[in-house]
Amino acid sequence: MTLLSAQKVGKFFGSFPALRALSFTVERGQCVALLGRNGAGKTTLLRILGGLSRPTDGGLQSQARISILGHGIGVYDELSARQNLDFFAALSPVAINTAAWLEKVNLTQVADAPLREYSRGMRQRLALARTFMGEPELLLLDEPFTSLDDKATALLQTLLGEALQRGAAVVLSTHQIPEAMTLATHVLFLERGKLAFAGPRPAEMLQDPGWLYRNYGAVA
Amino acid sequence: MLRQAWAVFQKDIRMEFRGKEALNAAVAFALVVLILFSFAIDPTSEELREMSGGLLWILFAFSGVLLLNRSFSREQANDTLDVLMSLRVRPSALLLGKAWANLIFILLVEAICLPVFGVLYNIDITGQPGWLLLTLLLATWAIAVVGTVFAAMTVNLRLRELMLPVIVYPMIIPALAGAIRLTNLALTGAPPAGDDWIWVRLLIGFDIIFTALALGLIDFILVD
Amino acid sequence: MTNNILIGMAAISAIWLVRNLWVILLGLPDEAAQGAIYRIIFFHVPSWFTCFTLFLVSGVTSAYAIAKRNYKGDSLAVAATEVGLVFTTIGLVTGMIWARIIWGIWWTWDARLTWAFITFLIYAGYLLMRRMIEEPSERLRVTGVLSVFAFASVVITYKAIDWWRTQHPGPVLSIRTGGGNMDPAMERMLYVNFIPLLMLAAVLVVIRFRQEERQREVDGLRRIAYTH
Repeated sequence: MTLLSAQKVGKFFGSFPALRALSFTVERGQCVALLGRNGAGKTTLLRILGGLSRPTDGGLQSQARISILGHGIGVYDELSARQNLDFFAALSPVAINTAAWLEKVNLTQVADAPLREYSRGMRQRLALARTFMGEPELLLLDEPFTSLDDKATALLQTLLGEALQRGAAVVLSTHQIPEAMTLATHVLFLERGKLAFAGPRPAEMLQDPGWLYRNYGAVA
Repeated sequence: MLRQAWAVFQKDIRMEFRGKEALNAAVAFALVVLILFSFAIDPTSEELREMSGGLLWILFAFSGVLLLNRSFSREQANDTLDVLMSLRVRPSALLLGKAWANLIFILLVEAICLPVFGVLYNIDITGQPGWLLLTLLLATWAIAVVGTVFAAMTVNLRLRELMLPVIVYPMIIPALAGAIRLTNLALTGAPPAGDDWIWVRLLIGFDIIFTALALGLIDFILVD
Repeated sequence: MTNNILIGMAAISAIWLVRNLWVILLGLPDEAAQGAIYRIIFFHVPSWFTCFTLFLVSGVTSAYAIAKRNYKGDSLAVAATEVGLVFTTIGLVTGMIWARIIWGIWWTWDARLTWAFITFLIYAGYLLMRRMIEEPSERLRVTGVLSVFAFASVVITYKAIDWWRTQHPGPVLSIRTGGGNMDPAMERMLYVNFIPLLMLAAVLVVIRFRQEERQREVDGLRRIAYTH
């Protein structure tokens, strides 16, 4: 089932074309790796998919419940973990058991301390709880493996696996190609705002992370 | 939508009351200005009563705006604004919740400053409590609603602390004018009569128009 | 607007203004109470009409620009606002000169002057905001919304100040000192002078609009060049 469909999506900032005529779909159960050089438009595209930005041209259809994880962890430092999750749960159309999620990410002991006192790993785990807790149907992750410690990375992989199993789709942008290739079922490769490759993950990418760049890169 | 606004309101209140830094700073600032007034004008003069509305509303507007910037800057620290947008929180709900929270914060500063003002300058603030309260509510809402939507506009600027007052103050002059007039009346113990009703209508009209504009236009500010 | 129309309008407005100036200075009689200086009203009041019209244009254009994400609308809005600000300043300066000569003071809290000062501040804030936001789509949205608010404020402030002045009366800059009747020839000149000023304003707006459009294109090309 199609969770998201993009037709000829373009984005201009003033006269600058950040994205040009992107067409693709995201189906249930797919894990899409969004690849591209810096400045290719990955973050711009993710923002559009997440509803944070409107495309200038083209259309985007999606009825899915979306959850994003960007560079910022998306939780409030001034509140405690419990207060954070309770707040986001109040905004969710789906009923959420925040206590269970605190348990799942191993933060129950410290649930009522302000985030300021947390270690970095603890904050990351809370961010993951916040991202995955509403049973999102479409997960948009902007370089999620960057700056995660080992525990958090393992947790992320577990949560991703669970989400994909229950039929959600994931779009994650990354520079860490080898890890992403083991998870990814599909690839979107952006080059200068254009879609240079869109399709199932090529087997070549497992052995050779640079394969796509060499064969499909440098589109005019 | 109201449910979302309420959740945002509670969250902002909780966040500010956790640390209270901005509230403390605003109250401290207001008290300092109250003392400065005593050097600028003769604190024992009879005319003080006529001027008190003006003094008070300048005070409230200045200290209020100090608090307003935080509405959206607290959503920037960890990109929480993006998360809220992606969760399909309506921008108008976000605005309403934050404006309510700002209303409470500014009313709090006013609640502290009024008695202090009454004591320092020997003015009876209890003459017309009903009218005073009504004026405070209407005019503070004007400051809060305009200030919150403009805070959304300035949040990405380098000089946001300077630019917010620059764009907010001229816009709220009509509301301040009404507030000043009505506060002067209330502090002299007289209810509005005859001509003075214009100011009540002005405040209500201002609130309605600017709240409608804010709710209608906030989408364009928050969604790229 | 093609260049020919622009030049034509500029020429017509220039000639008309000169002709009006001749009439104002030599054709109309002196005013009873104020002497010769009242003639400044023929630039003072039409400047208000013009600036108000321009701010209305800016507000409407901004509303269109933000609704449709239309950059031409954005350029037109800033052009209209800038020219509007110029005419507001003309109104302020002529008002101050008038006040100086009649009452010996540079400023009087006359309702129009006060309103103009506030309006000036509001739109000066708009221009400041434009300077501070570099990214064009953000600038369009944020200043577009500000422009709509600004126009609403300008209208409300006008009424509010009028009411304030009725309760705190003071010197008023007007030749209707008696309470209403201006010599018909003078009244006609007020409106007659409005038209060439408006034409002049239109020419300036178009020139500024084109400049803004070109600047936008250059900025876009520059960005493309830098990322490749």
